[in-house]
Amino acid sequence: MTRPILEARGLHVAFNGVKAADGVSISIQDGEFLAIIGPNGAGKTTLLNICTGYIRPGSGSVLLDGHDITRLSPRAIARRGVARAFQIPQLFSAQRVIDNMMLALAAKDGLWSAIRPLDLGTRRAEAKALLDLVGLADDADRISSTLPEGHRKLLDIAVALALKPRLLLLDEPTSGVSALERFPLMEALMGALRQRRITALFVEHDMDVVARYASRVLVWNAGNIMAEGRPDEVFSNAQVRERVIGVA
Amino acid sequence: MRTIVTAVAVLILAVLPVAAPWLQFVLTLAIAKGFAALGVAVLLRAGLISIGHAMFFAASAYGVAFLARAGVNDLGLLLIFSVLTAALVGAIAGLFLIRYRAIFFAMLNLAVSMVFYALCAKLYGVTGGTDGMPVPIPAVFGIMLGEPLFKTVLFYLSLVLMLLVGLAVQRYLNSPLGHALSAVHSNEIRLEYLGIPVWAVLLIAYVVSAALAGLGGAIAGFAIGRVVPDFAFWTASGHLVLIAVLGGIGGVPGAFIGALFLELLHSAAVTVTDAWNLIVGLTLIVVIMFLPQGFYGLFSRKEASSL
Repeated sequence: MTRPILEARGLHVAFNGVKAADGVSISIQDGEFLAIIGPNGAGKTTLLNICTGYIRPGSGSVLLDGHDITRLSPRAIARRGVARAFQIPQLFSAQRVIDNMMLALAAKDGLWSAIRPLDLGTRRAEAKALLDLVGLADDADRISSTLPEGHRKLLDIAVALALKPRLLLLDEPTSGVSALERFPLMEALMGALRQRRITALFVEHDMDVVARYASRVLVWNAGNIMAEGRPDEVFSNAQVRERVIGVA
Repeated sequence: MRTIVTAVAVLILAVLPVAAPWLQFVLTLAIAKGFAALGVAVLLRAGLISIGHAMFFAASAYGVAFLARAGVNDLGLLLIFSVLTAALVGAIAGLFLIRYRAIFFAMLNLAVSMVFYALCAKLYGVTGGTDGMPVPIPAVFGIMLGEPLFKTVLFYLSLVLMLLVGLAVQRYLNSPLGHALSAVHSNEIRLEYLGIPVWAVLLIAYVVSAALAGLGGAIAGFAIGRVVPDFAFWTASGHLVLIAVLGGIGGVPGAFIGALFLELLHSAAVTVTDAWNLIVGLTLIVVIMFLPQGFYGLFSRKEASSL
């Protein structure tokens, strides 16, 4: 058993009396690909929001490498090696695709120079390689707001990868991506994660994607963990099949 | 292509006062306002409209007057210290103001600048009240010049500074910091998730913009020979926004194009009618309707199509 990179202990969160997390504890080990599944409104995205400092739990704590990050800002957590791709892509819409990438790379490099240009040869090459990875190399010079939704999603993932994180949190990475692009994207993404030794936690609704790529699955329902284990174990659980997957 | 166009434009500006000496003062003032409008344009990149930047313009001009009264009598030193004064005022005001967005940012800038205006106008014993303070002619490299020669030196110095400072601002806007500034307008959440401190990006921009306005204020103080509270009045701040929008925020030259256009238009219009504001207003309507990128959009579009 490797050490947990991220731990959440006894999380309690409620919105207007509705519990999104009711004393939940989870951990993700270094090198794992943990999938979180569950019905809409179960609190999956809330978990990502807590783990990245966007919202604070009513009680409980989040540990990164054993250090408490519960009260840290998203910026401070990002600088500790946690990146996030969003359910609704968060991009710099007025800027070109390549500029979105280069700004993420510059942020990682700490190149806060007010004199050196953003567009450096090495940075551009690195940005293009990442765009190539997610199949957006041909869109490099487009304004990102002009991309179709699926491609915006891919760019959001590429931006997160540009931060060279140790832990990547993906919120429904394949939603909005066409059926034809879905598995090639996941193959490329998982390949990149393995190559770069990035641990990943992803929220996903596509059970085929979960079955194929997750090393462990956690089923989240009404603020609690309903089941947990390898994909084949979880998908054979009768309660999960009935309440989450929707088959008896 | 861009270098050639810039070189030709600067050459024309340099020669104009030789042909028409009365233009020297107008052009010096236009460049001074261009610096301040550039400061406004920097913040516009982040989607922040400041209706209070005349405060920094005035703070710097008052800084020159106070320093001159204290015995500092060197043009270079006065310029440097006055710009630093504006930057310091910008840093102090910015710490408070960058927490706000949209109309709140605009109105708070206006409010702070009007407090500054009121202080300048009412503290008669310190600032001379509405009479203002004189800005004496300083020494240039230790040499005292007569007024006509000093004003000529000031004009050509302003022209050189326009080029050098313009290039520096362009580099800043092309840097990661400059791109992060534009990104504030698009998506602050993503910036935070990239580990970029939005407050620092905005504070740096605010100080840069205040320093630019300060440089303009110092030049204007020297050109006019006096600083009065009206330098900080809200209509002066509105005038700077008008220049920035007229010129266009797509590139650094926009602010100077807007300032030159407006000053020359003003000079021409007042010879025709007392209602020169009507002509300026109609021009602004035409520009907003047909040139959403401002005058600079005309040049940048031509450049893009010639590539």
